[in-house]
Amino acid sequence: MTEPPGAGAAAGVAGRPGTVPQEWVSRLSCTGAERDVAVAELHDLLLRAARFEIRRRRVAFPQLGGADLDDLAAQSADDALMSILRRLGDFRGESKFTTWACKFAIVEAGAKLRKHAWRGREIPLTSAVWPTLADEAPSPHQHAEAHDLLQALREEVGRLTALQRQVFVAIALNDVPIDVLAERMSTTRGAIYKTLHDARRKLRAALAARGLGAAGEWR
Amino acid sequence: MSGNMPADPRRTVERLVGPAGPELGCDECFELQDTYVELELAGAPVADQMPLMSAHLAGCSACRDDHDSLLAFVRTQPAEPA
Repeated sequence: MTEPPGAGAAAGVAGRPGTVPQEWVSRLSCTGAERDVAVAELHDLLLRAARFEIRRRRVAFPQLGGADLDDLAAQSADDALMSILRRLGDFRGESKFTTWACKFAIVEAGAKLRKHAWRGREIPLTSAVWPTLADEAPSPHQHAEAHDLLQALREEVGRLTALQRQVFVAIALNDVPIDVLAERMSTTRGAIYKTLHDARRKLRAALAARGLGAAGEWR
Repeated sequence: MSGNMPADPRRTVERLVGPAGPELGCDECFELQDTYVELELAGAPVADQMPLMSAHLAGCSACRDDHDSLLAFVRTQPAEPA
């Protein structure tokens, strides 16, 4: 078994002692009691990862109770396990298997938490937060600079396509989680980020063209 | 948003318009998160080795949160025996 890049000095995630990446794959790919044990061990690890993620994020979602959070962790571990078993052939051994597996649980838990917290809430697509940004500048000089920059940015946001403007306002200005917005727009997180990336590229170019910032700073 | 924006207006705008230059998308970022995290834990210069990934993490708060949590979780776990 080839040692994956960076594995030598990296702290690992404990599965069964001595379990190397391809052993996990072998055990999860076989049939019978050995596979059942491996699946149970993996689920236990995924549940710990999901609970860890939810504990880290729960302070931002005080409206969620303990039972909700336990349920979200359990659902996240279950869904992550299904994804991992379905994608077992994608594991290339470039990291420890447990690190590869835990990312599924953490991403599932984070996405579920954000979607649960935003359930029933309206997505803010307006730019009502603009004035408060300049008001937060600590000095009169910075306030004036912030005003000019943000006024220019606001004008350029108005020149984006409707979709780019909605995505930029929701995510960049109003901190709507990207996966929540993707779900509401019936698309993928990757597609939403591509739209945001295109919008930002236009805005950087427009600010540079106005001479705001050092040459090429925002290109 | 206003509650966690930096007060420096230039940094505010930099954050709004995101990183300049090419970067990965969210799907590619997910695929590489485990490798990236293990390189970081090994002390590797990830910004040099995986610059497109680093740029995406700077511009995408959701992927950055996922990355930070994976890194933190792996750090809490006992090392596997060599």
